[in-house]
Formats: sequence, C-alpha cells, structure tokens
Amino acid sequence: MVLERGEVANSWRHERWDSLCLLTPNWQCRLPGFPYDGADPDGFMAMPELIDRISRFAAAIAAPVRTHTTVTSVRRSERGYRVLTDGGAIHCRSVVLASGAANVPRVPPLQAAVPGEVACFTPFDYRRPELLPQGGVLVVGASATGVQLADEIQRSGRPVILSVGEHVRLPRNYRGRDVLWWMEASGVWGQRYDEIDDLERARRLPSPQLVGTPQHSSLDLNVLRARGVEIVGRLGTIRDGQALFSGGLANHFALADLKMDRLLDTFDAWAQARLPREVQVGPPERFEPTRAPAAPRLSLDLRRGEIRSIVWATGFRADFRWLELPVFDVRGELNHDGGAVVGFAGLYVMGLPLLRRRKSTFILGAEDDAREVVRHLAHYLAQK
Amino acid sequence: MAQASVRNGVNNGVNVQALLDAREALRNAPAAAEFTWRASCKWKNGTHAQSTVRGFRGLGEEQSHKTEFSFETDHPEVFASEDHGATPVELVLVGLASCLTAGVAAVAQNRGIQLRSVEAKLEGKMNLYGILGIDSHVRNGYDDIKVTFHIDADASKKEIEALVAQSQKRSAVYDIVTNPTNVTVEVV
Repeated sequence: MVLERGEVANSWRHERWDSLCLLTPNWQCRLPGFPYDGADPDGFMAMPELIDRISRFAAAIAAPVRTHTTVTSVRRSERGYRVLTDGGAIHCRSVVLASGAANVPRVPPLQAAVPGEVACFTPFDYRRPELLPQGGVLVVGASATGVQLADEIQRSGRPVILSVGEHVRLPRNYRGRDVLWWMEASGVWGQRYDEIDDLERARRLPSPQLVGTPQHSSLDLNVLRARGVEIVGRLGTIRDGQALFSGGLANHFALADLKMDRLLDTFDAWAQARLPREVQVGPPERFEPTRAPAAPRLSLDLRRGEIRSIVWATGFRADFRWLELPVFDVRGELNHDGGAVVGFAGLYVMGLPLLRRRKSTFILGAEDDAREVVRHLAHYLAQK
Repeated sequence: MAQASVRNGVNNGVNVQALLDAREALRNAPAAAEFTWRASCKWKNGTHAQSTVRGFRGLGEEQSHKTEFSFETDHPEVFASEDHGATPVELVLVGLASCLTAGVAAVAQNRGIQLRSVEAKLEGKMNLYGILGIDSHVRNGYDDIKVTFHIDADASKKEIEALVAQSQKRSAVYDIVTNPTNVTVEVV
C-alpha cells in the first residue's frame, strides 16, 4: 500500500516555482520499465510533463496508492509498525519512508534579524518574479535553486544581489555531451555510499549550478555576473539591519573551480580508457575560472530600500516529525545504512542524498536503490 | 617533536593520524569539542602592552601550554611611539599567516604531498582616515588583505592550489578575519 498525503506527484504539483524544469535531460528521466517516450529526449521537462509521466507510471504499474491520506505518526507495534493516518490506523510489518529529502525549506536562524520592511520568501512560496515586490532582491544561496531564481528575478528587472557560499559548479555541456550524461556513463553517479571517503560530507553537498533550458546553456556565476547580478560572499550575520557578508568569496570560487576541474579530469580519464567505440565526444576542454569581483561588498543596509525582498535558497530538509522513533543522530539526521534504518528491522528509507549511490536523489536513481532496498525488505519479511 | 605519521614516505611533521583519530572521537563527544582560548594583556606605557597566553580549556577540562608565551605590542616611531613590538594589526596578519601555513602542512600530509618549503607574504591595506576619525565612511580595520604563498612541494600546480584552498576552508583565523564575529567588551 502506498500512502500519499495529496495526489500522485504531489510535491511536483504544489511545491515548485512556475518556470522550473528538471536538471536531468528527458532521456535520463526513466523509471523502472518506463523509459522516456516523448518527442524531445535531449530537452528538459517542465512540471506538467513530469507530473503526467509520474501519473502514467503509477497507472502502468497499477500502484496501490491511497491518495489524500496524511500520515500523522509511525510507532513500533508488537509485530511491526503502527501507522496512524487521518484516515485511520494501519498495522504493518514493514514501512518504507519515501516522503523525500526536500519537504521543508532550510532557512538560517538569522532570518529573525531581517527588518520587517523586507519581505522574505523560500522556494516553497516563491512562484514567479512578478509576485515579488518591485525593487532589489537578495538571493541567499547559489545551488541550482539559487542561481535559477537569481537569473529569472534579474531578468524581470529587479536587481539581484546573490550571496554565495560553498557551491558546486558544473558546465551544462562537456565535450559535446550533457554533463549528466558524463556523470552516468563514467560511473560517477553509480559510486556507492560504502565506497565514499567522507560520506557525511558527500551527503551534504549542495545541488550543482545547473538549469534545464532549450539552449542547453550553463548558468555559472560568470554568466550571472555578465547579466548584471551582483555577487557577494556568504551571509555571515545580520546586525542592526546590516547584512554582513564573508570576505572569503574568492576561496569559495577557487574551491568550486578546482572541484569542477577534478571531476572533468575524472571524465577525461574514463573516456580515454573506456569510452565505447560507437560514442562520439569532442576534445577535452576547460572553462574560464570564476572571476572574483575586485572588491565584493561586505555589508548591505537592509533598511535603506535597496533590497525589498530576500529569497532564502539555502536548501531543504526532510520532515520526519511524524516518525516517533529514536532513529535520529545528534544533528537530527535519520540514522540509516544504505536505506535500512539502524536499529529498526523492517523500517526503510528511500530518496535521501546519496542513500546508496550518488544518483540516489535523481529520478533515474530510484531504480537501483529500490531493487536493493526491496531485496533486503523481502528477505526480512521472509524470516519467521 | 610530535611523532609524525608517514604515508608513502611523506613526512611534513604533522601527526595526521592523531588529528583524524581526534575527529572521530570528538564526533561522538560534542562537549569535548568546545574549546575556550584565552589571552591576557597588561599595559606597560604609552602604546606599549604585553600580552601572554598560557591556559585554555578543551576536551572537557583545563589545559595549558608547556610554558607561558609572551608578545610585546606597540606602534612604530612614525606613530610617535617607542616601537617595543609589532603593531596589533600586524599580529592579526601573523595569526592569519601562521594558521594558513599550518593548514597547508596538515592538508599536504593528509594528501600524501611532501613539502620542501612554504613561505607566505602578507599585505593588509588600511586607510588611517578610519582610526584617526577623519572620515566616518572609512573603516578602522583592513579593507583588503593579500596573502601570497610560495610553495615548493612534490605536487602539480593544481594540487598546490587545492592545498591552499583547503587550508583556507578549514582555517579558524581565516574564518575570524573574513566573517563577522560577535564581540562583547565589559569593564568589571
């Protein structure tokens, strides 16, 4: 039985901004036994098409979905788990938590110090630039969400200041192929959680600076600056109405450029050793380093009217408040081993960052993870 | 001298294994990771003062350096001072330089890179209109600090750049200098 608080593909329907397209090219948006069957395999689908695909997949596999059913608590019971919903209680031997990694926007506590005249938005309540007040906008965070919103807000005529901390830079295309083709083909996306040096850190990595557009263009910080976006350092604090930014911007650029080059080195080494003969790629290339502003601004008076709104593109977190079990570590993260929740037999989780592989949070990543988690689950159910 | 861990014959005199072990141990003992650093300062005369460090708190108890360390600070003669020591702003550069340099050694050891020499030159630009109160738009402190490393090591230019970038990423003083810090000053 699959419980869904709303409709199938609910968060894609209700918790995304209007212009959002997937980061993965359409041909990569495959589900088990359900390859992309549309007319534009290299394009990037918008939400209506994705919602349609997920709904058709649910129908194709006749998924036993009980919609409009909200889980209010999960507890241990004698023979398994007792799941309370707004439609009654369910007893089961096994539960898979598949509610996702991005249920709640993560907003830093310093939001409390934002002066009242500045409107605050998260990616959950932001829909399109026209719904923001006229005037300047501070976008905090430069992951995929941050750079995409900074770009479309700047294009709407609202001057954007983008606060940049640690980030992941990627070109849209590399050697004539989509960079996510390289991630998959070279095996980087297939790297398993138990073969990664610093798993905790890898799981916290921000999403890459990518956007899915018909032009297949990159959206890095050089591009945003050329479009007029002002780049500032990480937001350190807000003191007396002044936003104070880190002076360490140049090093954040250096770290991201070096990391990108190491990834491209990995692709090149793979291509040289193992590129299938029938696959054509262009010659290796390297991209212009991120140009640091000569004197990035270190403070911004939020009360002087230069900024009318702030968009917190500072990430998301999972919301397991209904999971009434001692399964969280000191930092509040669910303690699991490749999807098997530690200490609770029969309890599993799917769709968290690097759950079992680097691709775990991408649509195509669900297949391998699901196969292995289900194998473990079936083995558990077969006992006794 | 601390025993150095040696990986592939690389030895920069940093006991990386001890650091990695400490990281693992502290992960499960958050209280032990709370450190308090201390310094004391005594006015001598004019702009001359003497600061000392000895005790600090960490790993759940009081700790101490092997001996007390002492630092003279003053201002040079162009400030009509007697120049008994470095200016406090120079000590900030010293703190930044030594923190980044120690970081380079530790990261290099962890990455199996043998260092032969590491030298850093620092320049901090400051407009005296700030501290002299001539122009309220000019800040008191540095408005720009430039660090230039010369590193001779068994590594490519990219690897050395990555060492320096990682050292900044993990440097306490770099963080203190580049980010706002809450400071409370009391008189008792």
